[in-house]
Amino acid sequence: MDYFVLVIAAIFVNNIVLAQYLGNCPFIGTSKDSGVAIGMGLAVVFVGTMAAGITWCVQKFLLGPNDLAYLQTICFILVIAALVQFVEMFLKKVIPPLYKSLGIFLPLITTNCAVLGIAIICQREGFTFIETILFSIASGVGFLLALVVLAGIRERLDLARVPVSLKGTPLALILAGLMSLAFFAFKGMAS
Amino acid sequence: MSKLWKEFSKGLWKDLPPFKLVLGLCPVLAVTKTADNGLGMGLAVIFVLTLSNMLVSMLRKIIPSKVRIACFIVVAASLVVCVELLMQAYAYPLYLQLGIFVPLIVVNCIILGRAEAFASKNPVYLAVADGLGMGIGFTASLTLLGGIRELFGYGTLFGTQIMGDWFQPFAFMVEAPGAFVCLGLMLAGMNALTNWQRKSKGLDAVEGPVHDCKTCGMCATKPGV
Repeated sequence: MDYFVLVIAAIFVNNIVLAQYLGNCPFIGTSKDSGVAIGMGLAVVFVGTMAAGITWCVQKFLLGPNDLAYLQTICFILVIAALVQFVEMFLKKVIPPLYKSLGIFLPLITTNCAVLGIAIICQREGFTFIETILFSIASGVGFLLALVVLAGIRERLDLARVPVSLKGTPLALILAGLMSLAFFAFKGMAS
Repeated sequence: MSKLWKEFSKGLWKDLPPFKLVLGLCPVLAVTKTADNGLGMGLAVIFVLTLSNMLVSMLRKIIPSKVRIACFIVVAASLVVCVELLMQAYAYPLYLQLGIFVPLIVVNCIILGRAEAFASKNPVYLAVADGLGMGIGFTASLTLLGGIRELFGYGTLFGTQIMGDWFQPFAFMVEAPGAFVCLGLMLAGMNALTNWQRKSKGLDAVEGPVHDCKTCGMCATKPGV
């Protein structure tokens, strides 16, 4: 039951983009086309979960026992950068179709603050390994959901007549604000 | 000297990071609940950006171009660890307020973007000027956005009561939706200003700056993304 609450809270109540302000650059940057949005969202689910799992192990078995907690940031970002490179090479070699659809998003993931953010949140909340994995999958799904919904709205707006100064990023941000307002209604359902 | 001034001043208006380059949005949205927090975050970014530009520029002839992004990340991450430790020692309440966004400075696209686009190609004094200018522009934008949100959300500015008794705090502004809408409107306002200037010169109105990941250093590794 606790796990269920954790997952629902991470997807809806504390949505990683709309309530925690993480991963906004790809959220605005890759939401012009829903195909691209799905690719980016799936890449975040995939890499985010692996990164959170590995950084949890690094913290638990390497940094914690040796009293090196202050090196957390530098270790985590290096782990994520290496992981992204490794995943890219692995997919290219072993699963070419998946590489074709996700490949171009992988280099963008290293500087996606959602991935590093999820890993750090898991540490600060003191999650167990299973909680970490569930939380990062759910957060990734929350990112995917927000991204796909925004892409859908923006695709429709392509046909609308919008004042030229509002076109593009400003309108995307205002839309994100309205979506965030809708997600705001979930506040208080679970903490 | 004029070149130095040019590189410094472009960050203040022409290439103002959050508005003209549309980079590093997460901290812009997240920590601007109050003007204080915006200023604190901005100062941390000035510190990291200036020093990372300086170090990257000093090392630009030594770093092999194939592993340059990894090297930039290591430089930025080491500086962020310094900032974290300094803030824990001297500005602990601010550190708690900014929370997760202090370690996340390392993935702020501005840091990597400037390292890749500018510091790795230019001499040290220009790189420092560029870093300082961009950092000050970023800080000013954050403080301004924080000021607006704080003024409407709490009726205060830097913690001092500004609005009179008649004022009802507008809680929307200090929550997540307010951040998005407020930044969107500010961007639209800046585009409108640009278009108004262009119109008086007899030019057509243009769409505002587009956020695309190409402006961020990381993606430069992959041409065609």
